[in-house]
Amino acid sequence: MSQKLLLNATEVHIILHRLACQLIENHSDFQHTVLIGLQPRGKYLAQRLTQLLQKDYGVHAIRLGFLDITFFRDDFRRSGKPLEANKTQIDFLVENQKVVFIDDVLFTGRSINAALTAIQSFGRPSEVELLTLIDRRFSRHLPIQPDYRGRQVDAINDEVVKVCWQEKEGEDAVYLVTQP
Amino acid sequence: MSELSVHHLLGIKYLKEQDIQLIFETADHFKEVINRPIKKVPSLRDITIANIFFENSTRTKLSFELAQKRLSADVISFSAAQSSVKKGETLIDTVNNILAMKVDMVVMRHAHPGAAHFLAQQVKASIINAGDGAHEHPTQALLDSYSIRERLGDVAGKKVVIVGDILHSRVALSNIFALQMQGAEVRVCGPKTLIPKYIESLGVKVESNLRQALEWCDVANMLRIQNERLDVSYFPSTREYVQQYGVNQALLNSLSKEIVIMHPGPINRGVEITSEVADGPHSVILDQVENGVAIRMAVIYLLASKLKP
Repeated sequence: MSQKLLLNATEVHIILHRLACQLIENHSDFQHTVLIGLQPRGKYLAQRLTQLLQKDYGVHAIRLGFLDITFFRDDFRRSGKPLEANKTQIDFLVENQKVVFIDDVLFTGRSINAALTAIQSFGRPSEVELLTLIDRRFSRHLPIQPDYRGRQVDAINDEVVKVCWQEKEGEDAVYLVTQP
Repeated sequence: MSELSVHHLLGIKYLKEQDIQLIFETADHFKEVINRPIKKVPSLRDITIANIFFENSTRTKLSFELAQKRLSADVISFSAAQSSVKKGETLIDTVNNILAMKVDMVVMRHAHPGAAHFLAQQVKASIINAGDGAHEHPTQALLDSYSIRERLGDVAGKKVVIVGDILHSRVALSNIFALQMQGAEVRVCGPKTLIPKYIESLGVKVESNLRQALEWCDVANMLRIQNERLDVSYFPSTREYVQQYGVNQALLNSLSKEIVIMHPGPINRGVEITSEVADGPHSVILDQVENGVAIRMAVIYLLASKLKP
């Protein structure tokens, strides 16, 4: 297994600031906007962006939730390994709110498809946007594209894009990992 | 662990402790799901489940059906009273006919101990035992332990007394297996005639005095006198049973500590517990019913994940 560094900590931080600014451009005070981190890995990105928006940009009234899509996935009984669920934590209704899904890597689009169904359990959003740190080009199975993207990456199918976070893996970085 | 060690849920004694923990962790997620404005997930949309009840049931059948529907499974339900069983059809024939309609999972209640076990050996479908005679009722024991975990934080180290008709109770036997597996201590309390002769060989002490049993325990699981199964008279009168083994508020108030009161239902109000106790702050009876749906969703989901498409 070999891995190539795609983004170092400085580059990740610059991108996070840009994404935060783009969110402010479109949602200003976030009065009618909720951020939803997709479990398990989108949670860290969502928390980081929320911290940035609050501390560096003074947007305090941010509603952040975490959505687990395990029970909505279309590969139940079809994937080789059992699906493990994570905690869903959404303490507000999304009825008539602008929802921003936040995930680390956009690959086939199937997770986002599941998330679009799952979020309906919490009400009917007025609109849904998608923010991803990494957008893997040419790998989509469904017509789903991000509204905010950190970096576009070309990777072939047996390569994996690994996003590392300081609070989880001890560093902020993005690697392209080649499976043997 | 993220997978059950079994393909069927026939009884608690066939499970491992990790299985129970996995079921509880999965049930935690489903409990959150059933408290959403829309309480349904699409996981089992390509699974068909038959509920075959050869014995009467209200709560268990409704709870299973609701759990299956919350998981988006297709459900067919069948009661022996309205079926060809009355015309002399055998159990295997009945079930094979249902399976010929492409059913993936069977939930069965039957009056004979071992019926679910027998079926699991004979047919190609995942079997869930919803009660077989006086043998086991695994989902009830799971939801009871889950409710204890929810109220007291953990099952390990807790003291649980099961009061009433132990002899005819599948709930008691499954609870004993489940609680002991998780490290709880179990005693039973009831008239000697309604305590199985060899119960102590399971590591369960018999307590004949209700007050002492309640003083000892953290949780009291009150069982109903199963009048429909009493072929002879096991105690002189209901009035005498109530005096010796009925729990009322005055008795609970006189104890040196607060205990949790559980009941698998249906309750005979005024016999094993008074209405005041059943509806009072010590009771977790309605929590048990809510948890029953989440536990059954977890069991069905985990067993279904082992079925090949």
